[in-house]
Amino acid sequence: MQIKPILVALRKHRLATALIALEIALACAVLCNACFLIAGRLANMHIVSGVDEPSLALVAVTGYDDAQGPDVNARVVAGLRGIAGVQSVDVVSTVPFGSQAGAVGITKDQAGQSFGGVIDVYVGGPGSVQALGLKLIAGAWPQAADYQPLDSWFPTEARTVVSKALAEHLWPGESPLGKEFWCDKFHFRVIGMVDHLPIAQPGSRGVASAEWAAFVPAMPGRFLNGTYLLRADPRELPRILRDAPAAVAKAAPDVVYDHAGSKTVSDFRRDYFERDRAMAGLLAGVIVALLLVTALGIVGLASFWVQQRRKQIGIRRAIGATRHDILRYFQTENFLIVSGGIVVGMAMAFALNLVLMKFYELPRLPLYYLPVGALALWVLGQLAVLAPARRAAAVPPVVATRSV
Amino acid sequence: MFGYYLDLALRSLKRNKMLTALMVLAIALGIGASMTTLTVLHVLSGDPLPGASATLFYPQLDPQDMDGYEPDREPPRQVTWIDGMNLLHARRADHQALMTGGAVPVQPAQSGLDPFYSDARYTSSDFFPMFQTPFLYGHGWSAADDEGKARVVVISRSLNDKLFGGKDSTGQTLRMKDTAFSIVGVLDEWRPNPHFYDVNMGNYASSEDVFLPLATARQLQLDRNGSMDCWGNGGGDESNLENAPCVWLQFWVQLDSPAKVADYKAFLANYSREQKALGRFQRPVNVRLSGLMEWLDINKVVPGDVRLQAWLALGFLLVCLVNTVGLMLAKFLRRAGELGVRRALGASRREVFAQLLVESGVVGLAGGVCGLLLAFGGLWLVRRQPSDYAALAHLDMTMLLATFLLAVGSTLLAGLLPAWRACQITPALQLKSQ
Repeated sequence: MQIKPILVALRKHRLATALIALEIALACAVLCNACFLIAGRLANMHIVSGVDEPSLALVAVTGYDDAQGPDVNARVVAGLRGIAGVQSVDVVSTVPFGSQAGAVGITKDQAGQSFGGVIDVYVGGPGSVQALGLKLIAGAWPQAADYQPLDSWFPTEARTVVSKALAEHLWPGESPLGKEFWCDKFHFRVIGMVDHLPIAQPGSRGVASAEWAAFVPAMPGRFLNGTYLLRADPRELPRILRDAPAAVAKAAPDVVYDHAGSKTVSDFRRDYFERDRAMAGLLAGVIVALLLVTALGIVGLASFWVQQRRKQIGIRRAIGATRHDILRYFQTENFLIVSGGIVVGMAMAFALNLVLMKFYELPRLPLYYLPVGALALWVLGQLAVLAPARRAAAVPPVVATRSV
Repeated sequence: MFGYYLDLALRSLKRNKMLTALMVLAIALGIGASMTTLTVLHVLSGDPLPGASATLFYPQLDPQDMDGYEPDREPPRQVTWIDGMNLLHARRADHQALMTGGAVPVQPAQSGLDPFYSDARYTSSDFFPMFQTPFLYGHGWSAADDEGKARVVVISRSLNDKLFGGKDSTGQTLRMKDTAFSIVGVLDEWRPNPHFYDVNMGNYASSEDVFLPLATARQLQLDRNGSMDCWGNGGGDESNLENAPCVWLQFWVQLDSPAKVADYKAFLANYSREQKALGRFQRPVNVRLSGLMEWLDINKVVPGDVRLQAWLALGFLLVCLVNTVGLMLAKFLRRAGELGVRRALGASRREVFAQLLVESGVVGLAGGVCGLLLAFGGLWLVRRQPSDYAALAHLDMTMLLATFLLAVGSTLLAGLLPAWRACQITPALQLKSQ
């Protein structure tokens, strides 16, 4: 296939050629960045929680005085344990994807000079780590003596289990066991490390800090009341949650059942990422519409060219070109124009990414998006031009002998 | 002449239905997507209190100690109890209100209704006249009620419907947290968007169901919601927030003239100096006084996602327009012969140009109508999303008009280049080739 005649012909149609190339370039820029945004949202949604999500649910009650807390706890826990099928009921401050946990700024020294970042601290009663299904990869779980009544946000001396991500952030390359950190008057000593434990609202403080979380043992006191972790067979959880309000009302008629705060952990996760899912869906919709419009544009212009060149096609056929040659001609022409658009489009994709990085704190566009985007547009161009090119190939040589 | 051009345009568009449909579809998709996202943006960045917002201001002071001091950093976004009370009692503005959010357990007297939690606003009395809240029944409470820690409450229309079946409930008793409150007023539907007076509660949260005096709420130790920032050895002990070095209250003022705004700013600076002299404040004077809309900007109330979507949709519209330019070019050049005849018969370039622009205008109008339908569909989809602003996404008159202007305007713009190109045709050449 000779490329030179095609280029010469395109020079006669500079404006139309430039328009298709520009359209391809814009599509390339938007396509690469939209795909990248979708990938980011999906990565958010697939964060590993480290807890046994399908078997867990949270029940929350409100409407009692702090002083009554332990008493309310005892009655509600007993009431919930009475529901058939419940394997365990434990007090916790919250669960991943639940309401905001204790988010605190910590320091690596007592004087408060060396800032360690903002982390989430989960507080839970005896048995809660086992119920959560957290996986310990170093050190040990808290002992029975570590669970003391909680009369402030945190115990003043807390023996803590941290996530691997937090350990690597605070003490890169070192074993976290035995290390300490502080928050105001609260002192934390690390005794164990789990492989995964995200903050309650991962992503809300940036991507890097999504797993900066720690677990602290405590018993209900003036704090740590009113939120209960239920563990049961996943198939029975929905029924148990339906029965929970009645069981709570019977055991503690004086409290208010928090319907919004009582859900299975799977539901918490689904609701938490609802917005990300909607955004990903919207972006996917834009991509589809964009590709559709681009393809239709190519079909329209290619059809016009074919019609305009009917006579020339007829002449070429009359002097010996095969149908295949004509088909190849239009396909090669489309390939050249799309390639030109892609070259410009890659630069534009990169520029757009720089702008997004500046305003939306996005990471840099990985380079492999560019060839993938280019491939997609080449395929799209070839598919779009196929119908007009076949129509061109069907032009009979006799057209050359007729005047229009 | 316009009528004739319109007729020509319609004939020409009818002649090649496929190409026309492609152009209209491209415009419609672009317009539909842009108008959907722009409407959401428009609704979210709207004025929560049209007419009143220009006179509402949010003062900021810097009462923190010298730890972590950096010159010219933004002061805290809330005030302490002491400063709030001092500013409130100074009464230097036309209206002023000190407030915070909370939640109260409502214990309905009606059997059959379980106790439930309601979002509440604890505020001083000027809240109602300052924000021009509409009253269905009764009225707000007085400054004397604030001082006397009166057990009075204003409830929302929806709570009134729920508890009293929509009847005038003023004078009745509402039990909350084992305390009897006398209902003095019932608000009509009132949902300022954004929820400007306290953005901690969710930027587009609906307004609260229960309003009661701040001093009363503190005396009864009602649950407080919202953010609290402390410094020094402020532990944030909920029972003693009055003396804690913590900011947790919002303070709004109404200032009716620019002169008063300047005066108030001077007053704030003076107050800061005075507190520094007393030893309460340590940092150099750093006061701000932002207007309502400015305050919303500072708090970045409009979600980033929404802006991103709007930009994306505009990028999409651009692709659609480039596409339309290409298609129109094809369409106009295909009619080179016809245009050559018109030119040979005496039509000037300007007239041919006008004729072609009318044609692109018709395409734009058709695209606008289809785009509008798509935008209605798009907004319906947005309303089904889970965000707290979803229910607000409706097209209003301004956006309806803007849709058509954008559609016709952008299509005319897209038509300029092809029309100009078509005018360059030499009539003689076209006639010869016929």
